[in-house]
Amino acid sequence: MRGDLLKSYRFREERQAEWQKLDLILTKAENGGVKNLSDEQMLALPRLYRQAVSSLSVARSISLDQNVITYLESLCTRAYFFVYGARTTLGERMMQFLRRDWPEAIATSLWTTLLSAFFFFGGWALAFFLCLQDMDWYWTFHGQNFMEGRNPDATVEYLRSTIYTDNSGDGELSAFASFLFNNNAQLALFAFALGFAFGIPTAWLLVYNGVMIGSMYAVFWDKGLGYEFTGWLMIHGVTELYAIVLAGAAGFIIGGAVAFPGGRTRLASARAAGQKAATIAMGCVIMLIIAAILEGFGRQLINSDVLRYSIAGGTLAFWLAYFHLPRKDDPL
Amino acid sequence: MTPPPARPGISMEAAVQRRARMAEEMRNAKTMRRMVTPEGAAIQLKLGSASERAGAFMIDVAIQWAIVIATLLGLSFVSRVLNMGSSNIAFAFWLVFFFFVRNFYYIIFEIGQRAATPGKRILGLRVAARDGGRLTANSVLARNFIREIEVGLPFQFAMMGATDAMGGWLVLFGLVWSCVFLLFPVFNRDKMRVGDLIAGTWVIKTPKVRLMEDITSATSRPETGPPIVFTQQQAEAYGIHELHVLEDVLRQSTPAIKAQVAARIRAKIGWENVEGETDLAFLEAYYAALRRRLEQRMLLGERKADKYDTR
Repeated sequence: MRGDLLKSYRFREERQAEWQKLDLILTKAENGGVKNLSDEQMLALPRLYRQAVSSLSVARSISLDQNVITYLESLCTRAYFFVYGARTTLGERMMQFLRRDWPEAIATSLWTTLLSAFFFFGGWALAFFLCLQDMDWYWTFHGQNFMEGRNPDATVEYLRSTIYTDNSGDGELSAFASFLFNNNAQLALFAFALGFAFGIPTAWLLVYNGVMIGSMYAVFWDKGLGYEFTGWLMIHGVTELYAIVLAGAAGFIIGGAVAFPGGRTRLASARAAGQKAATIAMGCVIMLIIAAILEGFGRQLINSDVLRYSIAGGTLAFWLAYFHLPRKDDPL
Repeated sequence: MTPPPARPGISMEAAVQRRARMAEEMRNAKTMRRMVTPEGAAIQLKLGSASERAGAFMIDVAIQWAIVIATLLGLSFVSRVLNMGSSNIAFAFWLVFFFFVRNFYYIIFEIGQRAATPGKRILGLRVAARDGGRLTANSVLARNFIREIEVGLPFQFAMMGATDAMGGWLVLFGLVWSCVFLLFPVFNRDKMRVGDLIAGTWVIKTPKVRLMEDITSATSRPETGPPIVFTQQQAEAYGIHELHVLEDVLRQSTPAIKAQVAARIRAKIGWENVEGETDLAFLEAYYAALRRRLEQRMLLGERKADKYDTR
């Protein structure tokens, strides 16, 4: 009774073995990655995928079997995402990020970096000079937070003791460092994410943090500890503050793209900027990890000012060279 | 305005039902997106609904908390057993670990082959690039770093309300402002989070469907007894919608429902029971006849949408 069968049924019967073969390959790939597939299966995949896609468009016009159509629909979607999905492994991806994506994203956003630095150091300078003129400003900025006694009422000896450590209880200090890392990294991601609101909260966040550090700086400067405090701060601060400035820059990139999309639609513009800004924000997290290591161990173990300054200078030179030195275009 | 002239043969109740069904179909169509593959074939994608995504997020948060708490307990146990003196190093490690679980849990899963966190996988969702291209790692980073303001900010403002350090009004304003981000997916057509918008992604459904037996294959089996033959008029009593309902009935409902449906169809087409005919055999035969007729008409370019569609 073969002649009596429905056309759509015959259509399906002739092809379903191939569909199921594709289904099997996809299930295998989804469960264990590409490594699980044999060479034969890898070679068959594109052919099976094209067959399934053409089966789907034919089935839509000749078949009313709901199950066949939804099956093909889901099969083709899965196959499409696999065939056109990301091929790189996580390791390759990381290398590409470190070698090319990250420095490139930062090198091409020099102006936003400068803008972000302007807000941060502007806040810093503002608080610094206000506090030098009148120490009461310090209380305005910090309210009732005593910052472990690092305030204008502290003695020079006490302040000096906060800068240099005798090597005891470093376990406590590494806990403190990781707490600071958490705070800073979360702050950096915030500065990036808030860029979406036209960058205004990002600017506020940068100025606010500049003010916090600038006013603290003034306390030490006022007591004649400016040189020592700079060493204490900058051994890890170069990396940390650079990361915060860059996170702000990432926020401004998004804010700028949303506010001034130019010739593109606002959505397309935000999308293009978002990719670049996210790369920078990811980099900031890496920089903050390095800063936390420097802070937790370097700062507590190294008590010589000269050594502190040379580490600070060294890290600054390293970051600038890494981000901004022109490099050969290596084809990847 | 005068009401449109009633079509013969449609009762008021049936017309209301039909309109409701069409409204439902329209709502469904709003969450469907067409994507054209490089081969030129169109694939229909269904967007994940806001509630499904919220559900997936809750599952993920629960998993994250489970990981974090389990690690905390494990670490405290280990440090007690080894008697490390100060548990500070363990705590420092845990804090950093907490940060990574909080921010990189989503990223690591979404960069992978399935582009979905466990929560999304359970609910049959995945992340995809809006333009149909490759989902890049940068997109995944962008959409997940933004989560910090979407969820973290309203949460922080809500917590702040308790301490009242900033003044009630300011906190309230902040809460309302940050809820704009939180509720963003509900108010746009593509159900995008702010993160999706920045990253150029959306979240779609990828249900796994099993290929089942064709119902018409049953009628060609020899053991079903004498073939049941319908006249053309009988085979044209229904449309595509009813065919699909019948398919669902045949595939998944109980014998009692099948008997009811069979009775209604028999009444509608004026069918006289043949000797020894079962409900199942009748329904399968009618399904085959109806599908054959409708598919023939479809080849000629006429889609009979439902039983009221008389052309």
